[in-house]
Amino acid sequence: MNAPQHDPSSVGPVVAQKARFDTPLKLRSGAELPSYELAYETYGTLNAARSNAVLVCHALNASHHVAGFYQNEPENVGWWDNLVGPGKPLDPRRFFIVGSNYIGSCFGSTGPASINPKTGKPWGADFPVVTVEDWVEAQARLADHLGIERFAAVIGGSLGAMQALQWTLSYPERVRHAIVIAAAAKLTPQNIAFNEVARQAIMTDPDFHGGHYYEKGVVPTRGLRIARMIGHITYISGEAMAEKFGRVLRRGQPGFDFDVDFEVESYLRYQGDKFSSYFDANTYLRITKALDYFDPAADYGGDLTAALARAKAAFLLVSFKSDWRFTPARSREMVKALLDNRRIVSYLEIDAPGGHDAFLLEDERYHAGLRSYLANIDL
Amino acid sequence: MRPDLAAIVQWVPKGARVLDLGCGDGSLLRSLWQEREAPGYGVEIDDDNVLACVANDVNVLQVDLESGLSLFGDGSFDCVILSETLQTIHRTEFLMREMLRVGREMIVSFPNFGHWRARVQVALGRMPVSQELPYEWYETPNVHHCTIRDFEDLCRRLGVRIRERLALHDGKPVTTLPNLLGSLAVYRCTAA
Repeated sequence: MNAPQHDPSSVGPVVAQKARFDTPLKLRSGAELPSYELAYETYGTLNAARSNAVLVCHALNASHHVAGFYQNEPENVGWWDNLVGPGKPLDPRRFFIVGSNYIGSCFGSTGPASINPKTGKPWGADFPVVTVEDWVEAQARLADHLGIERFAAVIGGSLGAMQALQWTLSYPERVRHAIVIAAAAKLTPQNIAFNEVARQAIMTDPDFHGGHYYEKGVVPTRGLRIARMIGHITYISGEAMAEKFGRVLRRGQPGFDFDVDFEVESYLRYQGDKFSSYFDANTYLRITKALDYFDPAADYGGDLTAALARAKAAFLLVSFKSDWRFTPARSREMVKALLDNRRIVSYLEIDAPGGHDAFLLEDERYHAGLRSYLANIDL
Repeated sequence: MRPDLAAIVQWVPKGARVLDLGCGDGSLLRSLWQEREAPGYGVEIDDDNVLACVANDVNVLQVDLESGLSLFGDGSFDCVILSETLQTIHRTEFLMREMLRVGREMIVSFPNFGHWRARVQVALGRMPVSQELPYEWYETPNVHHCTIRDFEDLCRRLGVRIRERLALHDGKPVTTLPNLLGSLAVYRCTAA
Protein backbone atom coordinates (compact mmCIF):
# COMPACT_ATOMS: atom_id res chain seq x y z
CA MET A 1 0.00 0.00 0.00
CA ASN A 2 1.24 3.41 -0.88
CA ALA A 3 0.69 6.28 1.50
CA PRO A 4 -1.26 9.13 -0.13
CA GLN A 5 1.10 11.30 -2.09
CA HIS A 6 -0.83 14.48 -1.43
CA ASP A 7 -1.02 16.93 1.43
CA PRO A 8 -3.12 15.20 4.15
CA SER A 9 -5.27 18.31 4.57
CA SER A 10 -6.41 18.02 0.94
CA VAL A 11 -9.37 15.91 -0.05
CA GLY A 12 -6.95 14.49 -2.63
CA PRO A 13 -7.74 13.51 -6.19
CA VAL A 14 -11.36 14.11 -7.12
CA VAL A 15 -13.56 13.28 -10.08
CA ALA A 16 -16.16 15.64 -11.53
CA GLN A 17 -19.51 13.99 -12.13
CA LYS A 18 -22.60 14.85 -14.10
CA ALA A 19 -26.27 14.21 -13.46
CA ARG A 20 -28.79 14.39 -16.27
CA PHE A 21 -32.39 15.50 -15.80
CA ASP A 22 -34.91 14.88 -18.54
CA THR A 23 -37.94 16.51 -16.95
CA PRO A 24 -38.27 20.00 -18.44
CA LEU A 25 -37.23 22.81 -16.13
CA LYS A 26 -39.51 25.82 -16.13
CA LEU A 27 -37.48 28.99 -15.65
CA ARG A 28 -38.41 32.23 -13.94
CA SER A 29 -38.32 34.01 -17.30
CA GLY A 30 -41.09 31.74 -18.55
CA ALA A 31 -38.72 29.86 -20.84
CA GLU A 32 -38.21 26.15 -20.42
CA LEU A 33 -35.13 23.95 -20.58
CA PRO A 34 -36.25 20.62 -22.07
CA SER A 35 -33.49 18.76 -20.23
CA TYR A 36 -30.23 19.62 -18.55
CA GLU A 37 -27.04 18.27 -17.08
CA LEU A 38 -25.53 19.50 -13.86
CA ALA A 39 -21.83 19.03 -13.07
CA TYR A 40 -20.92 18.34 -9.47
CA GLU A 41 -18.32 16.90 -7.15
CA THR A 42 -18.69 15.28 -3.76
CA TYR A 43 -16.28 14.81 -0.87
CA GLY A 44 -16.88 12.56 2.12
CA THR A 45 -19.68 10.07 2.59
CA LEU A 46 -23.39 10.51 3.13
CA ASN A 47 -24.13 8.99 6.55
CA ALA A 48 -26.86 6.40 7.14
CA ALA A 49 -29.27 9.02 8.49
CA ARG A 50 -28.52 11.20 5.41
CA SER A 51 -28.13 14.10 7.80
CA ASN A 52 -24.59 15.28 7.06
CA ALA A 53 -24.89 16.77 3.58
CA VAL A 54 -23.54 20.25 2.94
CA LEU A 55 -24.12 22.03 -0.36
CA VAL A 56 -21.42 24.45 -1.47
CA CYS A 57 -22.66 27.03 -3.97
CA HIS A 58 -20.10 28.83 -6.07
CA ALA A 59 -19.82 32.40 -7.21
CA LEU A 60 -19.25 34.04 -10.54
CA ASN A 61 -16.17 32.51 -12.08
CA ALA A 62 -15.82 29.31 -10.04
CA SER A 63 -17.31 25.86 -10.49
CA HIS A 64 -18.28 22.63 -8.81
CA HIS A 65 -14.55 21.96 -8.35
CA VAL A 66 -14.53 23.15 -4.74
CA ALA A 67 -11.64 21.17 -3.28
CA GLY A 68 -8.95 18.64 -4.07
CA PHE A 69 -7.36 18.27 -7.49
CA TYR A 70 -7.75 16.25 -10.64
CA GLN A 71 -5.45 13.25 -11.00
CA ASN A 72 -4.30 14.34 -14.44
CA GLU A 73 -4.16 18.05 -13.48
CA PRO A 74 -2.57 18.26 -10.02
CA GLU A 75 -2.26 22.04 -10.41
CA ASN A 76 -6.01 22.43 -10.82
CA VAL A 77 -6.90 22.83 -7.14
CA GLY A 78 -10.50 23.52 -6.11
CA TRP A 79 -11.48 27.14 -5.49
CA TRP A 80 -12.31 26.69 -1.79
CA ASP A 81 -9.58 24.21 -0.95
CA ASN A 82 -8.51 26.32 2.05
CA LEU A 83 -11.90 25.67 3.65
CA VAL A 84 -12.71 22.11 2.61
CA GLY A 85 -10.53 19.16 3.57
CA PRO A 86 -9.53 16.89 6.46
CA GLY A 87 -8.90 19.07 9.52
CA LYS A 88 -10.23 22.17 7.76
CA PRO A 89 -13.44 23.97 8.84
CA LEU A 90 -15.61 22.00 6.41
CA ASP A 91 -14.28 18.51 7.00
CA PRO A 92 -15.22 15.64 4.64
CA ARG A 93 -14.60 13.19 7.48
CA ARG A 94 -17.72 14.59 9.13
CA PHE A 95 -19.76 16.03 6.27
CA PHE A 96 -20.85 14.83 2.87
CA ILE A 97 -19.95 17.88 0.82
CA VAL A 98 -21.53 18.56 -2.54
CA GLY A 99 -20.10 21.19 -4.88
CA SER A 100 -22.69 21.98 -7.50
CA ASN A 101 -22.29 23.89 -10.72
CA TYR A 102 -25.28 25.79 -12.15
CA ILE A 103 -27.12 25.77 -15.42
CA GLY A 104 -25.80 28.33 -17.86
CA SER A 105 -22.25 27.65 -16.74
CA CYS A 106 -19.33 26.88 -19.02
CA PHE A 107 -17.84 24.27 -16.72
CA GLY A 108 -19.76 21.17 -17.69
CA SER A 109 -23.40 21.88 -16.90
CA THR A 110 -25.83 22.66 -19.67
CA GLY A 111 -25.11 26.19 -20.86
CA PRO A 112 -24.91 28.44 -23.89
CA ALA A 113 -22.10 26.39 -25.44
CA SER A 114 -24.12 23.14 -25.13
CA ILE A 115 -26.00 21.74 -28.08
CA ASN A 116 -29.58 22.94 -28.40
CA PRO A 117 -31.54 19.71 -29.06
CA LYS A 118 -33.93 21.63 -31.31
CA THR A 119 -31.28 22.86 -33.74
CA GLY A 120 -28.39 20.49 -33.22
CA LYS A 121 -26.16 23.56 -32.89
CA PRO A 122 -24.82 25.36 -29.81
CA TRP A 123 -27.48 27.38 -28.01
CA GLY A 124 -25.41 30.55 -28.10
CA ALA A 125 -27.61 33.62 -27.73
CA ASP A 126 -30.72 31.42 -27.62
CA PHE A 127 -29.82 29.93 -24.25
CA PRO A 128 -32.34 31.40 -21.82
CA VAL A 129 -31.49 33.95 -19.17
CA VAL A 130 -31.29 32.00 -15.91
CA THR A 131 -31.81 33.24 -12.37
CA VAL A 132 -30.71 32.29 -8.88
CA GLU A 133 -34.17 30.77 -8.34
CA ASP A 134 -33.67 28.59 -11.42
CA TRP A 135 -30.30 27.43 -10.16
CA VAL A 136 -31.82 26.35 -6.87
CA GLU A 137 -34.57 24.44 -8.70
CA ALA A 138 -31.95 22.66 -10.77
CA GLN A 139 -29.84 21.88 -7.70
CA ALA A 140 -32.87 20.58 -5.79
CA ARG A 141 -33.17 17.85 -8.39
CA LEU A 142 -29.51 17.06 -7.90
CA ALA A 143 -30.19 16.74 -4.16
CA ASP A 144 -33.03 14.31 -4.96
CA HIS A 145 -30.69 12.40 -7.25
CA LEU A 146 -28.12 12.10 -4.44
CA GLY A 147 -30.75 11.01 -1.92
CA ILE A 148 -30.45 14.17 0.16
CA GLU A 149 -33.77 15.21 1.59
CA ARG A 150 -32.40 17.89 3.85
CA PHE A 151 -29.03 19.65 3.90
CA ALA A 152 -27.27 20.11 7.23
CA ALA A 153 -26.03 23.33 5.67
CA VAL A 154 -25.98 25.26 2.43
CA ILE A 155 -22.99 27.56 2.20
CA GLY A 156 -21.77 30.11 -0.31
CA GLY A 157 -20.05 33.45 -0.77
CA SER A 158 -21.17 36.33 -2.98
CA LEU A 159 -23.37 34.91 -5.75
CA GLY A 160 -23.02 31.53 -3.99
CA ALA A 161 -24.46 33.15 -0.86
CA MET A 162 -27.44 34.36 -2.86
CA GLN A 163 -28.08 30.73 -3.80
CA ALA A 164 -27.76 29.68 -0.16
CA LEU A 165 -30.31 32.35 0.82
CA GLN A 166 -32.61 31.36 -2.04
CA TRP A 167 -32.43 27.73 -0.94
CA THR A 168 -33.94 28.72 2.42
CA LEU A 169 -36.78 30.46 0.58
CA SER A 170 -37.46 27.94 -2.19
CA TYR A 171 -37.05 24.90 0.06
CA PRO A 172 -37.38 26.02 3.69
CA GLU A 173 -37.72 22.42 4.90
CA ARG A 174 -34.62 21.24 3.13
CA VAL A 175 -32.04 23.54 4.75
CA ARG A 176 -31.12 23.34 8.43
CA HIS A 177 -28.36 25.95 8.35
CA ALA A 178 -27.58 28.62 5.79
CA ILE A 179 -24.12 30.15 5.79
CA VAL A 180 -24.36 33.34 3.80
CA ILE A 181 -21.03 35.07 3.23
CA ALA A 182 -20.20 38.45 1.63
CA ALA A 183 -23.75 38.62 0.37
CA ALA A 184 -26.52 41.03 -0.48
CA ALA A 185 -30.25 40.46 -0.72
CA LYS A 186 -30.16 42.56 -3.88
CA LEU A 187 -27.61 44.49 -5.88
CA THR A 188 -27.34 48.24 -5.59
CA PRO A 189 -27.70 50.31 -8.78
CA GLN A 190 -23.95 50.87 -8.56
CA ASN A 191 -23.39 47.10 -8.67
CA ILE A 192 -25.75 46.70 -11.60
CA ALA A 193 -23.86 49.51 -13.33
CA PHE A 194 -20.57 47.61 -13.01
CA ASN A 195 -22.25 44.53 -14.47
CA GLU A 196 -23.64 46.55 -17.36
CA VAL A 197 -20.20 47.90 -18.25
CA ALA A 198 -18.93 44.31 -18.29
CA ARG A 199 -21.79 43.20 -20.53
CA GLN A 200 -21.32 46.14 -22.88
CA ALA A 201 -17.64 45.28 -23.19
CA ILE A 202 -18.60 41.77 -24.31
CA MET A 203 -21.53 42.64 -26.53
CA THR A 204 -19.70 45.40 -28.41
CA ASP A 205 -16.74 43.14 -29.18
CA PRO A 206 -16.81 42.58 -32.97
CA ASP A 207 -16.21 38.89 -32.32
CA PHE A 208 -19.40 38.57 -30.26
CA HIS A 209 -21.70 38.14 -33.28
CA GLY A 210 -24.83 38.62 -31.21
CA GLY A 211 -23.86 35.64 -29.07
CA HIS A 212 -23.51 33.19 -31.97
CA TYR A 213 -19.73 33.27 -32.07
CA TYR A 214 -19.20 29.52 -31.59
CA GLU A 215 -20.15 28.74 -35.18
CA LYS A 216 -17.85 31.50 -36.43
CA GLY A 217 -14.96 29.90 -34.61
CA VAL A 218 -14.08 33.07 -32.71
CA VAL A 219 -14.28 34.25 -29.10
CA PRO A 220 -15.00 37.82 -27.95
CA THR A 221 -11.74 37.84 -26.05
CA ARG A 222 -11.35 41.62 -25.89
CA GLY A 223 -14.76 42.06 -24.32
CA LEU A 224 -14.19 39.29 -21.80
CA ARG A 225 -10.82 40.75 -20.82
CA ILE A 226 -12.35 44.14 -20.08
CA ALA A 227 -15.31 42.57 -18.29
CA ARG A 228 -12.93 40.68 -16.06
CA MET A 229 -10.80 43.74 -15.41
CA ILE A 230 -13.73 45.83 -14.23
CA GLY A 231 -15.01 42.96 -12.13
CA HIS A 232 -11.64 42.39 -10.59
CA ILE A 233 -11.24 46.03 -9.60
CA THR A 234 -14.47 45.81 -7.63
CA TYR A 235 -13.63 42.53 -5.90
CA ILE A 236 -10.60 43.84 -4.09
CA SER A 237 -10.38 46.83 -1.80
CA GLY A 238 -8.44 49.96 -2.67
CA GLU A 239 -6.34 49.27 0.39
CA ALA A 240 -5.48 45.72 -0.73
CA MET A 241 -4.64 47.00 -4.20
CA ALA A 242 -2.34 49.68 -2.78
CA GLU A 243 -0.72 47.08 -0.55
CA LYS A 244 -0.24 44.62 -3.39
CA PHE A 245 0.92 46.93 -6.19
CA GLY A 246 1.63 50.38 -4.82
CA ARG A 247 2.69 52.59 -7.71
CA VAL A 248 5.54 50.35 -8.74
CA LEU A 249 6.64 50.92 -12.33
CA ARG A 250 7.33 47.79 -14.33
CA ARG A 251 10.17 49.39 -16.28
CA GLY A 252 11.55 51.32 -13.34
CA GLN A 253 10.60 54.65 -14.95
CA PRO A 254 7.63 56.09 -16.83
CA GLY A 255 7.56 54.93 -20.46
CA PHE A 256 5.61 57.95 -21.72
CA ASP A 257 3.68 55.53 -23.90
CA PHE A 258 0.67 53.23 -23.48
CA ASP A 259 2.46 50.03 -22.77
CA VAL A 260 2.29 48.66 -19.23
CA ASP A 261 3.68 51.23 -16.82
CA PHE A 262 2.30 50.37 -13.42
CA GLU A 263 2.31 46.95 -11.80
CA VAL A 264 -1.46 47.06 -11.36
CA GLU A 265 -1.94 47.42 -15.13
CA SER A 266 0.15 44.35 -15.72
CA TYR A 267 -1.89 42.46 -13.13
CA LEU A 268 -5.22 43.44 -14.66
CA ARG A 269 -4.06 42.50 -18.15
CA TYR A 270 -2.84 39.16 -16.86
CA GLN A 271 -6.13 38.49 -15.07
CA GLY A 272 -8.08 39.54 -18.15
CA ASP A 273 -6.03 37.31 -20.46
CA LYS A 274 -6.30 34.33 -18.13
CA PHE A 275 -10.05 34.72 -17.69
CA SER A 276 -10.78 35.19 -21.38
CA SER A 277 -8.90 32.00 -22.17
CA TYR A 278 -11.29 29.79 -20.18
CA PHE A 279 -14.54 31.62 -19.53
CA ASP A 280 -17.46 31.79 -21.91
CA ALA A 281 -18.84 35.22 -22.79
CA ASN A 282 -22.46 34.06 -23.03
CA THR A 283 -22.14 32.56 -19.57
CA TYR A 284 -20.71 35.80 -18.22
CA LEU A 285 -23.66 37.76 -19.59
CA ARG A 286 -26.13 35.40 -17.95
CA ILE A 287 -24.41 35.27 -14.59
CA THR A 288 -24.30 39.03 -14.29
CA LYS A 289 -28.00 39.11 -15.15
CA ALA A 290 -28.72 36.50 -12.48
CA LEU A 291 -26.97 38.78 -10.00
CA ASP A 292 -28.90 41.83 -11.16
CA TYR A 293 -32.28 40.12 -11.02
CA PHE A 294 -31.83 38.59 -7.58
CA ASP A 295 -34.15 40.42 -5.21
CA PRO A 296 -36.36 38.16 -3.10
CA ALA A 297 -38.08 41.20 -1.59
CA ALA A 298 -39.30 42.44 -4.98
CA ASP A 299 -42.44 40.28 -4.79
CA TYR A 300 -43.18 41.74 -1.34
CA GLY A 301 -43.14 45.41 -2.24
CA GLY A 302 -39.48 45.64 -1.28
CA ASP A 303 -40.15 44.30 2.24
CA LEU A 304 -37.26 41.95 2.96
CA THR A 305 -38.73 40.96 6.31
CA ALA A 306 -41.85 39.68 4.57
CA ALA A 307 -39.73 37.99 1.90
CA LEU A 308 -37.66 36.06 4.43
CA ALA A 309 -40.63 35.07 6.59
CA ARG A 310 -40.80 31.63 5.03
CA ALA A 311 -37.15 30.76 5.75
CA LYS A 312 -36.81 28.19 8.52
CA ALA A 313 -33.07 27.65 8.59
CA ALA A 314 -30.67 28.89 11.22
CA PHE A 315 -28.38 31.48 9.66
CA LEU A 316 -24.78 32.51 9.91
CA LEU A 317 -23.98 35.67 7.98
CA VAL A 318 -20.45 36.91 7.47
CA SER A 319 -19.36 40.18 5.90
CA PHE A 320 -16.01 41.87 5.45
CA LYS A 321 -15.43 45.50 6.38
CA SER A 322 -13.28 46.19 3.31
CA ASP A 323 -15.88 44.76 0.92
CA TRP A 324 -17.21 47.75 -0.97
CA ARG A 325 -19.04 45.67 -3.57
CA PHE A 326 -21.30 43.88 -1.05
CA THR A 327 -20.83 46.03 2.02
CA PRO A 328 -21.52 44.96 5.62
CA ALA A 329 -24.60 47.22 5.52
CA ARG A 330 -26.11 44.83 2.93
CA SER A 331 -25.54 41.90 5.29
CA ARG A 332 -27.00 43.81 8.22
CA GLU A 333 -30.19 44.33 6.20
CA MET A 334 -30.57 40.58 5.97
CA VAL A 335 -29.74 40.14 9.66
CA LYS A 336 -32.44 42.65 10.54
CA ALA A 337 -35.03 40.92 8.35
CA LEU A 338 -34.17 37.58 9.95
CA LEU A 339 -34.37 39.07 13.45
CA ASP A 340 -37.74 40.60 12.62
CA ASN A 341 -38.84 37.07 11.77
CA ARG A 342 -37.33 35.71 15.00
CA ARG A 343 -35.01 33.42 13.10
CA ILE A 344 -31.89 31.97 14.65
CA VAL A 345 -29.05 34.10 13.33
CA SER A 346 -25.45 34.96 14.06
CA TYR A 347 -23.50 37.63 12.25
CA LEU A 348 -19.77 38.14 11.96
CA GLU A 349 -18.31 41.35 10.59
CA ILE A 350 -14.70 40.56 9.85
CA ASP A 351 -12.16 43.38 9.71
CA ALA A 352 -10.18 41.79 6.87
CA PRO A 353 -8.50 43.89 4.19
CA GLY A 354 -9.19 41.72 1.14
CA GLY A 355 -12.39 43.37 -0.14
CA HIS A 356 -15.16 41.25 -1.62
CA ASP A 357 -12.72 38.43 -2.41
CA ALA A 358 -11.89 38.12 1.29
CA PHE A 359 -14.42 35.31 1.43
CA LEU A 360 -12.00 33.19 -0.60
CA LEU A 361 -9.03 33.99 1.62
CA GLU A 362 -7.93 32.37 4.81
CA ASP A 363 -8.48 35.02 7.45
CA GLU A 364 -7.94 33.42 10.83
CA ARG A 365 -11.05 34.90 12.50
CA TYR A 366 -13.26 34.13 9.52
CA HIS A 367 -12.19 30.52 9.33
CA ALA A 368 -12.32 30.10 13.12
CA GLY A 369 -15.94 31.31 13.04
CA LEU A 370 -16.88 28.90 10.26
CA ARG A 371 -15.06 26.06 11.97
CA SER A 372 -16.91 26.53 15.28
CA TYR A 373 -20.24 27.07 13.61
CA LEU A 374 -19.93 23.95 11.48
CA ALA A 375 -18.67 21.91 14.44
CA ASN A 376 -21.81 22.86 16.40
CA ILE A 377 -24.17 21.56 13.73
CA ASP A 378 -25.80 18.40 15.08
CA LEU A 379 -25.81 15.54 12.65
CA MET B 1 -20.23 32.87 37.59
CA ARG B 2 -19.90 36.63 38.16
CA PRO B 3 -22.26 37.56 41.02
CA ASP B 4 -24.22 40.12 38.97
CA LEU B 5 -24.79 37.49 36.31
CA ALA B 6 -26.17 35.03 38.87
CA ALA B 7 -28.65 37.73 39.94
CA ILE B 8 -29.57 38.45 36.34
CA VAL B 9 -30.32 34.80 35.63
CA GLN B 10 -32.74 34.81 38.56
CA TRP B 11 -34.51 37.93 37.30
CA VAL B 12 -35.12 36.65 33.78
CA PRO B 13 -38.48 34.90 33.54
CA LYS B 14 -38.61 31.40 32.11
CA GLY B 15 -38.82 31.39 28.33
CA ALA B 16 -38.23 35.15 28.02
CA ARG B 17 -36.74 36.48 24.81
CA VAL B 18 -33.42 38.01 25.75
CA LEU B 19 -30.97 40.44 24.17
CA ASP B 20 -27.57 40.62 25.87
CA LEU B 21 -25.62 43.74 24.93
CA GLY B 22 -21.87 43.40 25.27
CA CYS B 23 -22.35 39.69 25.80
CA GLY B 24 -18.67 38.72 26.11
CA ASP B 25 -18.11 35.04 25.45
CA GLY B 26 -21.84 34.31 25.66
CA SER B 27 -21.78 32.50 28.98
CA LEU B 28 -24.73 34.46 30.38
CA LEU B 29 -26.81 33.63 27.31
CA ARG B 30 -25.81 30.03 27.64
CA SER B 31 -26.89 29.94 31.30
CA LEU B 32 -30.13 31.68 30.44
CA TRP B 33 -30.83 29.06 27.82
CA GLN B 34 -29.88 26.16 30.08
CA GLU B 35 -31.52 27.41 33.27
CA ARG B 36 -34.43 29.55 32.08
CA GLU B 37 -35.02 28.17 28.58
CA ALA B 38 -34.70 31.77 27.48
CA PRO B 39 -33.62 32.07 23.86
CA GLY B 40 -31.62 35.11 22.94
CA TYR B 41 -29.04 36.96 20.99
CA GLY B 42 -25.84 38.60 22.09
CA VAL B 43 -24.33 41.75 20.69
CA GLU B 44 -20.56 41.96 20.85
CA ILE B 45 -17.87 43.88 18.98
CA ASP B 46 -14.67 42.15 20.10
CA ASP B 47 -13.45 39.47 17.66
CA ASP B 48 -12.27 36.99 20.29
CA ASN B 49 -15.51 37.27 22.25
CA VAL B 50 -17.61 36.90 19.11
CA LEU B 51 -15.73 33.75 18.15
CA ALA B 52 -16.13 32.42 21.70
CA CYS B 53 -19.89 32.95 21.37
CA VAL B 54 -20.00 30.99 18.12
CA ALA B 55 -18.00 28.22 19.78
CA ASN B 56 -20.44 28.34 22.72
CA ASP B 57 -23.31 27.88 20.28
CA VAL B 58 -24.81 31.22 21.25
CA ASN B 59 -26.43 33.55 18.69
CA VAL B 60 -24.15 36.53 18.38
CA LEU B 61 -24.29 39.66 16.27
CA GLN B 62 -21.06 41.54 15.70
CA VAL B 63 -22.24 45.12 15.61
CA ASP B 64 -21.31 48.29 17.44
CA LEU B 65 -23.64 49.24 20.29
CA GLU B 66 -22.74 52.89 19.87
CA SER B 67 -24.65 52.96 16.60
CA GLY B 68 -27.75 51.90 18.48
CA LEU B 69 -30.04 48.94 18.23
CA SER B 70 -31.36 49.61 14.74
CA LEU B 71 -31.25 45.89 13.94
CA PHE B 72 -33.99 45.29 16.47
CA GLY B 73 -37.65 46.15 16.15
CA ASP B 74 -39.73 47.88 18.84
CA GLY B 75 -40.68 45.59 21.73
CA SER B 76 -39.00 42.56 20.19
CA PHE B 77 -37.51 41.35 23.49
CA ASP B 78 -38.83 40.63 26.95
CA CYS B 79 -35.54 41.53 28.49
CA VAL B 80 -32.53 43.57 27.33
CA ILE B 81 -29.39 43.08 29.41
CA LEU B 82 -26.38 45.37 29.73
CA SER B 83 -24.03 43.76 32.22
CA GLU B 84 -20.91 45.65 33.26
CA THR B 85 -20.92 47.47 29.95
CA LEU B 86 -22.74 50.72 30.79
CA GLN B 87 -19.49 52.37 31.89
CA THR B 88 -17.91 51.75 28.47
CA ILE B 89 -20.70 53.35 26.45
CA HIS B 90 -20.22 56.84 25.01
CA ARG B 91 -23.87 57.60 24.23
CA THR B 92 -25.37 56.38 27.48
CA GLU B 93 -28.75 58.11 27.35
CA PHE B 94 -29.26 57.13 23.74
CA LEU B 95 -28.51 53.48 24.44
CA MET B 96 -30.79 53.35 27.49
CA ARG B 97 -33.65 54.75 25.43
CA GLU B 98 -32.89 52.23 22.71
CA MET B 99 -32.91 49.38 25.23
CA LEU B 100 -36.37 50.31 26.41
CA ARG B 101 -37.55 50.71 22.84
CA VAL B 102 -36.60 47.15 21.85
CA GLY B 103 -37.31 45.50 25.21
CA ARG B 104 -40.10 45.49 27.73
CA GLU B 105 -37.58 45.40 30.52
CA MET B 106 -33.91 46.21 30.90
CA ILE B 107 -31.38 44.78 33.31
CA VAL B 108 -28.27 46.86 33.89
CA SER B 109 -25.25 46.16 36.05
CA PHE B 110 -22.21 48.37 36.61
CA PRO B 111 -19.32 48.85 39.03
CA ASN B 112 -20.37 51.38 41.67
CA PHE B 113 -17.93 54.28 41.69
CA GLY B 114 -19.46 55.36 44.98
CA HIS B 115 -18.07 52.35 46.85
CA TRP B 116 -16.04 53.51 49.85
CA ARG B 117 -12.81 52.04 48.52
CA ALA B 118 -13.09 54.08 45.33
CA ARG B 119 -13.92 57.16 47.37
CA VAL B 120 -10.90 56.64 49.58
CA GLN B 121 -8.59 56.19 46.61
CA VAL B 122 -9.87 59.39 45.02
CA ALA B 123 -9.58 61.17 48.38
CA LEU B 124 -5.96 60.05 48.49
CA GLY B 125 -5.46 61.55 45.06
CA ARG B 126 -5.56 58.42 42.90
CA MET B 127 -7.95 56.99 40.35
CA PRO B 128 -9.50 53.89 41.87
CA VAL B 129 -8.23 50.44 40.90
CA SER B 130 -10.05 47.45 42.38
CA GLN B 131 -11.51 44.07 41.54
CA GLU B 132 -14.54 45.78 39.95
CA LEU B 133 -12.44 48.54 38.38
CA PRO B 134 -9.34 46.62 37.36
CA TYR B 135 -7.87 49.10 34.88
CA GLU B 136 -5.29 51.82 35.24
CA TRP B 137 -6.65 55.19 34.11
CA TYR B 138 -4.56 55.16 30.92
CA GLU B 139 -5.71 51.77 29.67
CA THR B 140 -9.31 51.60 30.81
CA PRO B 141 -12.08 50.98 28.28
CA ASN B 142 -14.41 52.71 30.74
CA VAL B 143 -15.51 56.20 29.81
CA HIS B 144 -18.58 56.90 31.95
CA HIS B 145 -18.27 55.90 35.58
CA CYS B 146 -21.23 56.49 37.85
CA THR B 147 -22.45 55.82 41.35
CA ILE B 148 -25.70 54.24 42.43
CA ARG B 149 -27.14 57.71 43.11
CA ASP B 150 -25.98 59.01 39.73
CA PHE B 151 -27.61 56.12 37.90
CA GLU B 152 -30.88 56.58 39.74
CA ASP B 153 -30.86 60.28 38.90
CA LEU B 154 -30.45 59.45 35.24
CA CYS B 155 -33.31 56.94 35.40
CA ARG B 156 -35.55 59.62 36.89
CA ARG B 157 -34.55 62.09 34.22
CA LEU B 158 -35.22 59.57 31.43
CA GLY B 159 -38.52 58.48 32.99
CA VAL B 160 -37.18 54.99 33.58
CA ARG B 161 -38.88 53.12 36.39
CA ILE B 162 -36.63 51.05 38.67
CA ARG B 163 -38.35 47.77 39.55
CA GLU B 164 -35.59 46.11 41.49
CA ARG B 165 -32.15 47.02 42.72
CA LEU B 166 -29.41 44.82 44.06
CA ALA B 167 -26.13 46.12 45.47
CA LEU B 168 -23.38 43.55 45.84
CA HIS B 169 -19.98 43.32 47.40
CA ASP B 170 -17.77 40.24 47.22
CA GLY B 171 -20.70 38.46 45.66
CA LYS B 172 -23.00 39.13 48.63
CA PRO B 173 -26.02 41.45 48.74
CA VAL B 174 -25.53 44.75 50.55
CA THR B 175 -28.65 46.23 52.14
CA THR B 176 -27.33 49.04 54.30
CA LEU B 177 -25.73 52.09 52.68
CA PRO B 178 -25.57 50.43 49.25
CA ASN B 179 -23.91 53.40 47.56
CA LEU B 180 -21.08 53.23 50.08
CA LEU B 181 -20.78 49.50 50.70
CA GLY B 182 -21.84 48.01 47.36
CA SER B 183 -19.15 47.67 44.74
CA LEU B 184 -21.48 46.34 42.05
CA ALA B 185 -25.03 47.44 41.27
CA VAL B 186 -27.71 45.54 39.36
CA TYR B 187 -31.01 47.06 38.28
CA ARG B 188 -34.18 45.84 36.68
CA CYS B 189 -36.06 48.67 35.01
CA THR B 190 -39.00 49.30 32.73
CA ALA B 191 -40.30 52.31 30.87
CA ALA B 192 -42.36 54.35 33.30
